[in-house]
Amino acid sequence: MKWIKPPVFLLCLVPVALLAWKAYHRNLGANPIEYITHATGDWTIRFLCITLAVSPLRRLLHRPELIRFRRMFGLFAFFYACLHFMTYLWLDKFFDFGAIVKDVYKRPFITAGFTAFVAMVPLAVTSTAGWIRRLGGSRWNLLHRLIYLSAVAGVVHYYWLVKSDIRLPVLYGTIVLLLFAERVGRLFAKPANVLLVRQRGDTR
Amino acid sequence: MKYSDVTPKSVYLNRRRFLAALPFAGAALTTPQARAAAAKLQAVKGPFSTDEKPTPFIDVTTYNNFYEFGTGKDQPSLNAGRLKTSPWSVVVEGAVSKPQTLDLDAIMKMAPLEERIYRHRCVEAWSIVVPWIGFPLNVLIKAVEPTAKAKFVAFQSLYDTKYMLSARFAGIEFPYVEGLRMDEAMHPLALLCFGMYGQVLPNQDGAPIRLVLPWKYGFKSIKSIVKIKFVEKEPPTTWNLSNSREYGFYSNVNPAVDHPRWSQAAERRLGEFSKRKTLPFNGYADQVASLYTGMDLRKYY
Repeated sequence: MKWIKPPVFLLCLVPVALLAWKAYHRNLGANPIEYITHATGDWTIRFLCITLAVSPLRRLLHRPELIRFRRMFGLFAFFYACLHFMTYLWLDKFFDFGAIVKDVYKRPFITAGFTAFVAMVPLAVTSTAGWIRRLGGSRWNLLHRLIYLSAVAGVVHYYWLVKSDIRLPVLYGTIVLLLFAERVGRLFAKPANVLLVRQRGDTR
Repeated sequence: MKYSDVTPKSVYLNRRRFLAALPFAGAALTTPQARAAAAKLQAVKGPFSTDEKPTPFIDVTTYNNFYEFGTGKDQPSLNAGRLKTSPWSVVVEGAVSKPQTLDLDAIMKMAPLEERIYRHRCVEAWSIVVPWIGFPLNVLIKAVEPTAKAKFVAFQSLYDTKYMLSARFAGIEFPYVEGLRMDEAMHPLALLCFGMYGQVLPNQDGAPIRLVLPWKYGFKSIKSIVKIKFVEKEPPTTWNLSNSREYGFYSNVNPAVDHPRWSQAAERRLGEFSKRKTLPFNGYADQVASLYTGMDLRKYY
């Protein structure tokens, strides 16, 4: 199982490699900056969904070893979120911090996106083994529930952004909701199991 | 300047290759309609043209808002091949002494075709410069003789459920409708448009007949018109029906009134890296500001 991690890592880099390739060949369409913004945003929400899917898949498929991918996927979600945020900061706002503060404060969809991003920062910082040790398993787990906030805020950000065709944000919202439902369902269905799992320090 | 200066040949060829890679769009290129769509359109130089550099043809024809053919920017260029632009007629009705159904050829003979290079500003904060071909909308209006009751003009786009996106998916109502106050419609800047870049309009750009209202956000410039109705009261408009807080009836370009979800102070001209400041009435204030004297443009956005 261990050999599969490097290829998966490389696979996760394909979207950004493709973006760089298209940018190099000036093949990003009429509005390249919008294209980059949308692509990096899409991959952020996709990786958030993938990360959230790891624990349910472990249980459904009885493959506990899938846990080894969770941190990597989570960090890729953060990686694409950083690219997305940088695109906004640099290519959309040209580091005009006055305008950015106004945006975050005035525009609900930016507020939601900013919230989703900020909530990911402590998760990325404390993603190392050292931080898990320092915080202790249960506190670390509690902190990392912030991913739920990120996912919801990310979907809301997308939903509030689109003008009228809400199919994609609704799709991601449904996926996130299903992934939440699995967790909630488990909480009610088998309380004993939940406790067992919690003691092993991976409730998610 | 020649159009080959604006759009280098390599880009044309690139576009061909791009289209050929798509089975559906590739087929569209070989249909008679598609060949007709590339037909040249002669025009004399008209007034009000900007000396700014026209946006490359490839950008204006592959980055479109035409929700009937899909809500993604590239979808109209891929899907609009199904639009049959000939024969085409426009119904003129309502408060006019000569209600009638006009054939497209008859409309195009009403006045000499002019080329006008206008700035075009989308409500989504991007802009283009396009050499349109057409003549003033007021030519057609005068020809059908509106009565005293005609205070507004309502326009309607073609809508065919057989090959267009359903309203449920697009999130806006179809058929697409737009409207102007009579004095706006009579203004010499308001263009009834049949072509661009020296040829007839590509389908995705609103063939075969559309409006171009350069001082208003792009969505006011309705595409593929099939009906024009003269009315007494302000007619409903599609984006206003969809979200009245974000899209007003007038929708004049106004950097001082932000869209609730984004700033309108600046825009990105397609093909440029930095943003440029958006001008009141998209730079046509000298021509049209007097239409709105005494109106609170924050209220009538």
